[in-house]
Amino acid sequence: MNMPVKFAGDLTELPTHAYGHRSLTWWGIIAFFAIEGTFFALAIATYFYLAGGEQSWPPAPFRPPSLLAGTLFTILIVASELPNTLLKRAAEKKDLRTVQKYLLAMSAVGFVLLVLRAFEFASLNVLWTDNAYGSILWALLFLHTTHIATDAGDTFVLTGLMFTRHAVEARRFVDVAENAMYWRFVWICWLPIYFLIYWLPRLIQ
Amino acid sequence: MTVLTAHDLPRDGEKLKGVALHARLEKTWSRQPGLWAWLSDVDHKAIGRRYIVTAMVFLLLGGIASLVMRLQLAKPESGLISAQRYNELFTMHGTTMMFLFAVPVMEAMAVFLVPLMVGTRAISFPRLNAFSYFTYLAGGVLLWAAFLLNIAPDAGWFAYVPLSGPEFSPGKRSDIWAQMVTFTEVAGLCVAVEITATTLKQRAPGMSLARMPLFVWAALITALMTIFSMPAIALASGFLISDRLVGTHFYNPYEHGDALLWQHLFWFFGHPEVYMIFLPATGFVSHIVETFSRRAVLAYPAMVLALVTVGIIAFGVWVHHMFATGLPRLGFAFYTAATMAVSIPAGIQIFCWIATIWAGRPRFEVPMLWVVGFIVTFVLGGLSGVMQASVPIDLQVHDTYFVVAHFHYVLIGGAVFPLLGAFTYWFPKFTGRMMDEGLGKIAFWTAFVSFQLTFFPMHISGMLGMPRRIYTYPSGLGWEEPNLLSTVGAFAFAAALGLFLVNVFVSMWRGRVAGANPWDASGLEWAAASPPASYNFAHIPVVTSRTPLWDNRDALPVMTGLRVDDRELLLTTVMEARPDVREPSPEPSIWPLMSSLAVTVVFVSSIFTPWAVVLGLLPVGAALTAWFWPKGPVTPEPVIE
Repeated sequence: MNMPVKFAGDLTELPTHAYGHRSLTWWGIIAFFAIEGTFFALAIATYFYLAGGEQSWPPAPFRPPSLLAGTLFTILIVASELPNTLLKRAAEKKDLRTVQKYLLAMSAVGFVLLVLRAFEFASLNVLWTDNAYGSILWALLFLHTTHIATDAGDTFVLTGLMFTRHAVEARRFVDVAENAMYWRFVWICWLPIYFLIYWLPRLIQ
Repeated sequence: MTVLTAHDLPRDGEKLKGVALHARLEKTWSRQPGLWAWLSDVDHKAIGRRYIVTAMVFLLLGGIASLVMRLQLAKPESGLISAQRYNELFTMHGTTMMFLFAVPVMEAMAVFLVPLMVGTRAISFPRLNAFSYFTYLAGGVLLWAAFLLNIAPDAGWFAYVPLSGPEFSPGKRSDIWAQMVTFTEVAGLCVAVEITATTLKQRAPGMSLARMPLFVWAALITALMTIFSMPAIALASGFLISDRLVGTHFYNPYEHGDALLWQHLFWFFGHPEVYMIFLPATGFVSHIVETFSRRAVLAYPAMVLALVTVGIIAFGVWVHHMFATGLPRLGFAFYTAATMAVSIPAGIQIFCWIATIWAGRPRFEVPMLWVVGFIVTFVLGGLSGVMQASVPIDLQVHDTYFVVAHFHYVLIGGAVFPLLGAFTYWFPKFTGRMMDEGLGKIAFWTAFVSFQLTFFPMHISGMLGMPRRIYTYPSGLGWEEPNLLSTVGAFAFAAALGLFLVNVFVSMWRGRVAGANPWDASGLEWAAASPPASYNFAHIPVVTSRTPLWDNRDALPVMTGLRVDDRELLLTTVMEARPDVREPSPEPSIWPLMSSLAVTVVFVSSIFTPWAVVLGLLPVGAALTAWFWPKGPVTPEPVIE
């Protein structure tokens, strides 16, 4: 800086980490929500665009997807908000023991959900190669699978991290809290997709 | 563990300033020597410069493709190149210019300039920034390597189905196009996230939204448009590659897919894309007009609202690219009205610039000349745009050279002219030297005149019925003269750009050494050295007006107290920019490059087998984990007591 300066204030006493919208990471995650939300919105628009060209939905002779795997998945992912909320609160209080406990729980949830998801693909009653209806169903489910796989992977890594010496850094707790926020987005995005894959074809059949 | 208090750590302030502070900050922020450090660099200025240079190389390549096409079209029934090669050339030209030059170069300028303009030490998520650059580079190399291997895409830069689909484009050409898109979208979205977070959270104390520089506003709106439009093209090209590779039927009408779905998704991105190129250019123009008129831009609130309005309307006009597809009549009326409405905010901006020049004391140096060239050319292109918003005219000139003339007027006149002006204007920040004024003026006038010579005759050939994308034409249709003029103009325009580049290279070595603020401009970027130090600002500046350097000529108010032994940033509140948090900025790392390489392997192999997507999760996941895993000793602050 070449021009003369005058000191107008000091930043020493500012905190060195903050949760929520005061942290930079939070804004990064919000931007990624917007990106991924747009992906889902456009995939859903495609679903309706293709449905508009059909006489019936699902097009004959296909049956709507079987409910069991998808519904179990939905119940589990919604119920996971309980440990997720407890995890977020513990992270905000920097309670390491509780954070470790719920991170293990969320990792287990992520793992079970991925297994259930495999069964979901098998219960769609249509292949992606059958017709455009099959293509968009597989696409919606695939898109959401990348979503849960990403966050489950993130949770596995964070769980490992919080059992190391780095767990004393306050910023690691911010990471945990923000990962919990991301998980909310993952399951909220799932609800309209669940409805479109499993229930709309039943309702308008 | 020892718990350190805030006062035990070295900070800038009364005790540490001037040369001693510079040395301390350089130690913390500057790059180590060597190739490894170069590849690990996360400095937004270094990444921004690499991005700009790479985009300029793609401009040259895309330009060469257009010159070959112009040679072919110089005379009727020319046998210079084959129809197939011509298809490849116009596809390479459009794809390169849109995906590898225009959008990335605007992002690159923002990557370099925005942190300096808002008065911070680094861009947000600097490693993501490095990752973005490498990923963009990989996408560009993929496309041009394919061209060299004679498997270039050949279905146009918009890759319409069914032409680009499995039935009519066997082989790998369209897959390469689709994956090139994926690379550039990943890169572009990363930059959009960084720019959004940087502008909202890292502005200097006092730089409320109402005092934010107009280029930063343009960069923010562009970033938001990127976030909401790029997923459309990524999804569209994902569907295309899955139709081609694993047999889905999104675009296959025989299995109840729909070819028009492609056009909707493509243009839902494609039209906002045009404004993602144009809005940053308007930001350049506002800064140049302000500095060279020696007064603040008139009607700042109207200028900001115009940017926001263009950003919103941009999402409501995509169907005007599809008037010839037989959509419902009501849709025609709506999209015609929306398209014409764009001219209102665009017109407001033009009038504000003219009024600023009028009310100021203008100096017509090279950057200002490019702005004048921009205003003339862009208004001409805008007028033919309003004409084509009308459906009957659109149907008449659809797919003719009239359209080619229109979009080169708005894209070159509306974005490349301001970019070259901006390049001259901020050249001292990039390199520490000034570009040569005399050479700059010759380059400008040659470019301005030869541009009109190249593209004006295309209006005529278009109205005489000459279609786009034909590799040759018979004589006797009246197309010879306009085509010959266009070809002569194209080579003169290339010479002008060549002259501009010569000026760049000569000035880099021999240009006049620039001070921090050689143009007497008002923005914070001119308070940093030319070129800026690795840490940008020794002390964080405080802003009390929209033109801080003009209003604090005696001494710039600054804040002290950031740590100098660690890469620390100041975060401020979103609306008012009040100091809020000190946060560390990530250190250099090789893992963004490694992650980008892993992603490259996955994307390129997915052209050949869908299993790449599944198996590729492992290396990508491993590289990302290594990227995020904290390294080195636990930092002394912040710790939990």
